[in-house]
Amino acid sequence: MKTLVLVEHEGGKVRDATLAAVTAASKLGEVHLLVAGEGVDGVAQAAAKIAGVGKVHVADDAAYGHGLAENVAPLAAGLMADHDAFLAPATTTGKNIAPRVAALLDVMQISEILSVEGEDSFTRPIYAGNAIATVKSSDAKKVITVRGTAFEKAAAEGGSGTIEKVAATGDKGISSYVGAELSKSERPELTSAKIIVSGGRAFGSSEQFHSLLDPLADKLKAGVGASRAAVDAGYAPNDYQVGQTGKIVAPEIYIAIGISGAIQHLAGMKDSKVIVAINKDEDAPIFQVADVGLVGDLFKIVPELTEKL
Amino acid sequence: MKLLVAVKRVIDFNVKPRVKADGSGVDLANVKMSMNPFDEIAVEEAIRLKEKGVATEIVAVSIGPAKAQETLRTALAMGADRAILIQTDDELEPLAVAKLLAKVAEEEQPGMVILGKQAIDDDSNQTGQMLAALLGWPQGTFASKVEIAGDKVDVTREVDGGLETVKLNMPAVVTTDLRLNEPRYASLPNIMKAKSKPLAQKTPADYGVDTVPRLTIVRVTEPAKRQAGVKVGSVDELIGKLKALGVTA
Repeated sequence: MKTLVLVEHEGGKVRDATLAAVTAASKLGEVHLLVAGEGVDGVAQAAAKIAGVGKVHVADDAAYGHGLAENVAPLAAGLMADHDAFLAPATTTGKNIAPRVAALLDVMQISEILSVEGEDSFTRPIYAGNAIATVKSSDAKKVITVRGTAFEKAAAEGGSGTIEKVAATGDKGISSYVGAELSKSERPELTSAKIIVSGGRAFGSSEQFHSLLDPLADKLKAGVGASRAAVDAGYAPNDYQVGQTGKIVAPEIYIAIGISGAIQHLAGMKDSKVIVAINKDEDAPIFQVADVGLVGDLFKIVPELTEKL
Repeated sequence: MKLLVAVKRVIDFNVKPRVKADGSGVDLANVKMSMNPFDEIAVEEAIRLKEKGVATEIVAVSIGPAKAQETLRTALAMGADRAILIQTDDELEPLAVAKLLAKVAEEEQPGMVILGKQAIDDDSNQTGQMLAALLGWPQGTFASKVEIAGDKVDVTREVDGGLETVKLNMPAVVTTDLRLNEPRYASLPNIMKAKSKPLAQKTPADYGVDTVPRLTIVRVTEPAKRQAGVKVGSVDELIGKLKALGVTA
């Protein structure tokens, strides 16, 4: 089977989520990559070095500059004439583009796979991860998004793929990029952080959220996450949200502070290796999944923890 | 401008789903069902666009069992003008749903279709994008802000790195994220009024769409359960545990 993996890139670098998708693809067969963007020579060269990669198809054109699904999807769908499976990381980029590719190919997508059980069988989470479905696809071609935390990352070095330019399919002219407000942070990205400290509504305000959590995160070199309640309340920006519809994380250690543990939140972090919970309510559901729990007032505990670590 | 909103009847978000013992799926017998939360946001956004005078009519569509009428009545009570139920007892996949919605869109000619970004039962996150592809329309997925100006719409999207804004030609497809708005509750008078708003009943066959599933569910299992661990009594003990786990500051 020949697979085509969408390379997610930013600022000239291949994003880590791509590497997990490459691993998933390698379980199906030969791994080819698609790099779409503007001025992406560097990305293409980096992508060719990913272990186990064959061809790297590169479409370098202004139409792909901001990864607009309207323009990238027809390109990918066209290349699928010579491939059997299209895989994208289950990031906001992959989730935006892959279903559009699937519909163009008249294929039912298999979202957020957790494992490859065979060439047409996969497992995927449903109901916020409260159930795992094994599904078998009868489509001749597969379109798949890959949950990054469920697969090892392929080595970013050691491969020797061949770069092949592909013709651009043009700008559909129905959408354009206006701008972005991206969170700037020196901290590790949530989906690849080894340690995450995450805060809930109990922090009470944006000031308290940051003045208490940031020093702790700095000390642990941790990423900072938040519950939906904290994001809805405006304590943290949307890209901090961990949960069913936010980011899915699985760090070595997840420290949930002032988070009660709604099923939608648990869906995003319960595959963490170790879960630590700090909450003033000893009956909070978060303690049912926590390996280590401490009941108490976060306004006292967090500063003490930060100081003593 | 007409707006089309798609709504799905799903398990209520407060209910913890239980996997059936025979592994055939999730037990939905006697379980509270509600409108998919992201679809409520879609209905609310449509109503706000109408209140602003940008939209003139809101048509709510649902594809599902007879009981999905209740979901449509909720949309009507919130402020939608009329409803279409495409009735089927089969579980339709996003691709089939998108094909049916594309047919409805061709009939109704809306300026925009607004849908939830995902349903909280199958968590597919596909229908809006597929619908846009089938219609050849642009898509503004995971929207946290929708601003219409003339024949274009600016959609601010919640992306992994923060926020991104795209400009789309209309007609367009928009899928909603959590921060787009806070849906209203329907008032009692509006619930009463909704009972007399028009609700058309159709079937997938009326639209000539092949809805045969492409995926077979082989089995559904419960995920591995985490065991609750230990509670510690002090910050010092917590630090001891963290150090034992190899955490160093």
